[in-house]
Amino acid sequence: MFGKLSLQAIPYNNPIVMGAVALMVICALTIFWIITRQHKWGYLWRHWLTSVDHKKIGIMYIILALVMLLRGFSDAIMMRIQQAMAVGADPGYLPPDHFDQIFSAHGTIMIFFMAMPFLTGLINIVVPLQIGTRDVAFPFLNSVSLWLTASGAMLVMLSLAIGQFSTAGWTAYPPYAELSYNPSVGVDYWIWAVQISGIGSTLTGINFLVTIIKNRAPGMTLMRMPLFTWTALCVSILMILAFPGLTVASGLLALDRYLDMHFFTNGEGGNMMNYANLFWIWGHPEVYILILPAFGIFSEVVATFSSKRLFGYHSLVWATMAIALLSFTVWLHHFFTMGAGANVNAAFGIATMLIAIPTGVKLFDWLLTLFRGRIRFTTPMLFTLGFIPSFAIGGAAGVLLAVPPVDFMMHNSEFLVAHFHNMLIPGALFGFLAGYMYWFPKTFGFRLDERWGRRAFWSWLIGFQLAFLPLYALGLMGMPRRMEHYGNPDWQPWLIVAAIGAAVILFGIVCLIVQLIVSIRRREALADTSGDPWDGRTLEWATRSPPAAYNFAVIPEVTSIDAFWAMKREGHTMPPEPVHYSDIWMPKNTGAGFYLGGLSFILGFALIWHIFWMAALALLGMIGIVIARSFDDDTEYKIPAAEVARIERRRLSPQSPGTRPLANDSTQPATEV
Amino acid sequence: MQATLSMALTNSHEQTETQADEARQLGFWFYLMSDGVIFALLFATYAAMSHSFAGGPSGKELFDIRYTLAETALLLTSSLTCGLATLAALQQRRNQAVVWLLMTLVLGLSFVALELSEFGDMIGQGAGPERSGYLSAFFTLVGTHGLHVSLGMVWLLVMVAQLLRKGTRFQVLSRLQRWALFWHFLDIVWVGIFSVVYLPGVLP
Repeated sequence: MFGKLSLQAIPYNNPIVMGAVALMVICALTIFWIITRQHKWGYLWRHWLTSVDHKKIGIMYIILALVMLLRGFSDAIMMRIQQAMAVGADPGYLPPDHFDQIFSAHGTIMIFFMAMPFLTGLINIVVPLQIGTRDVAFPFLNSVSLWLTASGAMLVMLSLAIGQFSTAGWTAYPPYAELSYNPSVGVDYWIWAVQISGIGSTLTGINFLVTIIKNRAPGMTLMRMPLFTWTALCVSILMILAFPGLTVASGLLALDRYLDMHFFTNGEGGNMMNYANLFWIWGHPEVYILILPAFGIFSEVVATFSSKRLFGYHSLVWATMAIALLSFTVWLHHFFTMGAGANVNAAFGIATMLIAIPTGVKLFDWLLTLFRGRIRFTTPMLFTLGFIPSFAIGGAAGVLLAVPPVDFMMHNSEFLVAHFHNMLIPGALFGFLAGYMYWFPKTFGFRLDERWGRRAFWSWLIGFQLAFLPLYALGLMGMPRRMEHYGNPDWQPWLIVAAIGAAVILFGIVCLIVQLIVSIRRREALADTSGDPWDGRTLEWATRSPPAAYNFAVIPEVTSIDAFWAMKREGHTMPPEPVHYSDIWMPKNTGAGFYLGGLSFILGFALIWHIFWMAALALLGMIGIVIARSFDDDTEYKIPAAEVARIERRRLSPQSPGTRPLANDSTQPATEV
Repeated sequence: MQATLSMALTNSHEQTETQADEARQLGFWFYLMSDGVIFALLFATYAAMSHSFAGGPSGKELFDIRYTLAETALLLTSSLTCGLATLAALQQRRNQAVVWLLMTLVLGLSFVALELSEFGDMIGQGAGPERSGYLSAFFTLVGTHGLHVSLGMVWLLVMVAQLLRKGTRFQVLSRLQRWALFWHFLDIVWVGIFSVVYLPGVLP
């Protein structure tokens, strides 16, 4: 009746896990209690969970990302403490099986459920505003994507309390991930969490590619799009073409495990290297899915806070496209040791090094944007400036690893761990945090506190260097990755430094939380009444903060790059007034996306525990919802012109300087370049 | 065809509906590209495992070309009836469209039934997907196509219901076109399966 599921699946005897579960349950109950006490369930359902508004969906994505950041970071600091202790006779405090689950969960969570929702959330909030449209091409599909991603994240969280998570690393390499070596449900949790959220990402890619191609404001040619939108375009293409690789790799692994097939098994004609190929055909483009949006954010931030037009806009666009294309040609560098031969390795090694060229172009463009700019050292700008040198170090390490003979020495070592964290923390996460602080006032109508922001930045920057630079040395000293215990006492001092670094990062995370609380309390003082708190250049600053549901009462006309900057210089007002407002049609909220996500969670859970009747019911339910939705023609509602006029008048009223003819915030002098 | 569809539309809300419809068509093409990559990877996997027999039977020993011939004939004919259904619907001949759709359904069901009996024969001979890496790849590639055809038939039934209930309205016609794209896409994939899987299996 319940497949492999029984009460034994709950790890009662593991105090660390049960402590974490208790914490999770207490947090969940507290939130439930608060919502119930405030009678907010109806509000939450009507205005958030069923919302198809891209801004709200974006906010929910980022909340998911920040929650999962806490979980992924807890895993990280547990590993750092274990490795700082467990030398020689000291076994540390984590048993091997638990340590293996932690590093597997850490990677899976940080990639799929922290970085992906974070960048998808930012793209959701910003891209429609930047291209001057009222919503994405497929608002309902957007809601489906969100809830599929959330469902995958919840499966990973659930693995803590019921059963266990994978011990096979975030890549789940066979043959170790096969049933014969890994009979528990851990790998199945990984498979279905990744499978469900991966479908969500594919749908997001389709949605944003169509949105950017079809919904741009009149006059916004491709070469007038803001750079963040350009990176979102490239990322969408990568999602559409790369995510099938993950679907196929994890799908075939599931067939091996569920139907006794032999794709990647040791015997019966299986070939584990096929998995590595399929996985990295997705996995390498994925690196650029994570990092290109951050490049887009750095480009926006550096131009805004240097008060200058971005240097080399065209070269940045071409570099972005080149990176997107090259990302499909380098997957084999993840397994040079497969034995493909010198010529194949050389070809992939050279392709890998080629990526350094467009990336270098970008770094120089950012530096030259700074050159002779009037620089304002806001927190988003600090993250950008911290990123540039840190990323250069990680990039240099990457070019080293691209040399196959060097890779033969360094692969699977701490050097590799240092390298990819060096790319993904300063490269991606610093960018997401910069974007979070840069667009926060647009999203919520008030700025984040700068003082706590600066503290967070310095903790992250110093903590990152302390935590990861020692790993380069450890790699060169021969320390392999993922060690739960080791015998070489020379490694310990470096690992202690790395653990201190993790503690400094922890302080950075605390600063981020305090920043949020302090800012909410001081929201009156930090209010953004102009809609343009940073003296911005692109269209998202041309509407009020937070924008109305329809974003723009009148769709703006674009005549150049940095459309809003040009409008300000020409003294135009936004919206052009007085105007004749017309009716606006917006998509209606629907619970269907939430239900689909919920059923996909049940589907995943049932498959993990081999409860096949439940899986069949959940699948039928999902198909039924999609069909029912296709019969529903009443999916839009009208905001009458009079109502639009009323909303806009409120915005124009003298109390709110919201649309003073684009005056700049008094604390931030406008600078002409 | 897009022009024919837009003619029905007059007021401005419906014009934005045309734009939304263009977006849906484009989005569906992107979905097909994504699905195409899935099939490409399954084809590549099949090619990489085309000699991983592990002492089990090869395609040459297993394939019965009569099955393949019949399956191909059924699926290609179903593309014809599918095309006739969309043409009839565009000319507002609803009942005719429904009849062509049901004929497509019969052809599709026969295709899937034949494929299942072919699979059953192979499994009966001890040549199921668990026998060897080669057979895992074969069953997964051909089975994924069959699963797509089955889902296409569920969609077909939805289209029949919508034609009967909503008539040949703009949204229904536009959705019917996307269904037809999907159906033709599966035909093209089948041509690939025919050429890569079955043909080398029976040629000397």
